Amino acid sequence: MTLLDDRTSEEANPELEKKAERAESWRGFFVALPTYVFLVLFFVLPLIIIAVISFAERSRTGKPILGEWTLEWWIKLGDPLVRSVTFRSIWLAFLNTAFSLLLGYPFAYWIATRKKAMTRNFLLVLVLIPFWSNFLVRTYAWRTLLDSNGMITKIGEATGLWGKMLFTEPAVFLGLLYGYLPFMVLPLYAAIEHLDWNLVEAARDLYAGAWKAFRKVTLPLSMPGIIAGSILVFIPSLGAYVTPDLLGGSKTTLLGNYIVTQFKSGRNWPFGAALSVTILVIMMIATVIYFKKGGKTL
Amino acid sequence: MSVQQGTAHRPWVDRILSINGWIIFGFLYLPILILVIYSFSDSKVVGIWGGFTWKWYGRMLTNPEMMGALANSAKVAIVSTVVSTVLGTMAALALDRYRKWLGKGAFDVIMYLPVIIPEVTMGAMLLIWFTQVLPINLSIWTIILGHIAFSASFVAIIVRARLANLDDSLEEAAMDLYANRWTTFRRITLPLIIPGVLGGALLALTLSLDDVIITEFVQGPGASLLPVYVFGLIKRQVTPEINAVSTLMLGISMVLVFVSLAFQARANASGSNKEE
Repeated sequence: MTLLDDRTSEEANPELEKKAERAESWRGFFVALPTYVFLVLFFVLPLIIIAVISFAERSRTGKPILGEWTLEWWIKLGDPLVRSVTFRSIWLAFLNTAFSLLLGYPFAYWIATRKKAMTRNFLLVLVLIPFWSNFLVRTYAWRTLLDSNGMITKIGEATGLWGKMLFTEPAVFLGLLYGYLPFMVLPLYAAIEHLDWNLVEAARDLYAGAWKAFRKVTLPLSMPGIIAGSILVFIPSLGAYVTPDLLGGSKTTLLGNYIVTQFKSGRNWPFGAALSVTILVIMMIATVIYFKKGGKTL
Repeated sequence: MSVQQGTAHRPWVDRILSINGWIIFGFLYLPILILVIYSFSDSKVVGIWGGFTWKWYGRMLTNPEMMGALANSAKVAIVSTVVSTVLGTMAALALDRYRKWLGKGAFDVIMYLPVIIPEVTMGAMLLIWFTQVLPINLSIWTIILGHIAFSASFVAIIVRARLANLDDSLEEAAMDLYANRWTTFRRITLPLIIPGVLGGALLALTLSLDDVIITEFVQGPGASLLPVYVFGLIKRQVTPEINAVSTLMLGISMVLVFVSLAFQARANASGSNKEE
């Protein structure tokens, strides 16, 4: 809304009104300008350049050579090794999203349906603390738990159910679940808390059983939260770097650490660029599905 | 709004839900708790209790590399938070308070992209941009630029949400009383949106203090930040000193949570005049 909307003096004169509107439009532009310039310089142009670099030949040191073009890096994405890294990443991100939802939904539902506002707020703060806590530190906690002297390893050995899990795929999965579960719970909580419970009551009045009322009314109404939470978990899981690097081994490389390797010891920047663009495209597809199905609830 | 009597659950459903709830809280908190406990253990091996000691904290405080990284982190966090808060707030104002301007549609899209882009992609593209296109050497300044590039958008989203909840009648009233734009902004708009601005700033601060990936891509030689330095230590060898610095980092996160909750409480109390 503009600040000049209902000023009668200008409404009386269409010429002046037009002029005022033009001035207003320039003001908006100038307010946005510094951020606009910054983002073009340090976001939009780098984004375009990384796509261009993915078609460049690489030099001996692994850097791109501008002016010599090739499709090699995009073809390399079809290699069995690269394919297995990509599928493992998508699979773990999907598995993590599914488990976060399975654990997070009843959890968020429980918090959102406490009768006293005080209780709800207190439990919500308990979710917010891990949500805001340093991610690296939370991942490190699991590294010590899953190591040979870690508590979880000792429990597993005492009961004979599992051994040392560190540097395996289950360890990476546990780390991802632990890291991103709060990202699922918060949007779910918001959706369930704002739900119109009269609709659920109406369903019950019309002789729907508790389970049927949940399935037909509560669950569909909390869909925006489910979709927002799923996206918030899926995207960072897909690009995860810290978790697979600390908890996984050489056999559990995910896209995130595979990309970093290309820029460091792998010495293949153009290939790293192609992988970065790939991960971006997968993420875009997931987000488009989200906006189509869930509406704008981020 | 809360659950009505007609939709209350049967007792056994409620019992299962709360057992499940406390198990998940256990899952979220026990690992952190154990990590903190072992920072006080007088044993070189994390996981074996060797009696109470403060020595790992002493080691941490006298480790010059660790303290240097901490100082760098503070510098980067402060500068990037201030700049991204100003940029993000201006962007939110332009998007919410000015109806139509050149390139608004495109800006609206560009503004949201840094929030949803995977961090590895962002790190890789900034590295290429700084080293292959721009004639800049990687340093603490490239880290700051990288942090601003992702935090400004988060600030803009939060401030914009606040602006959307405030109608502009007060601003119009001020303008009708011949306050100029700057006075109106300073005396009316800014006080109203300040909880949103501070909330955005806290988020920017947290994001900057948490970041590992982007920093690892764009850091220069010798200018590491605390999380990246600790990340390297963990990969080399796990020691109780890492538990000590982790506890310090958790403490900082915790302070930020409570400050942000206090701001939120104040924001809700001061109220947004459209929500009634």
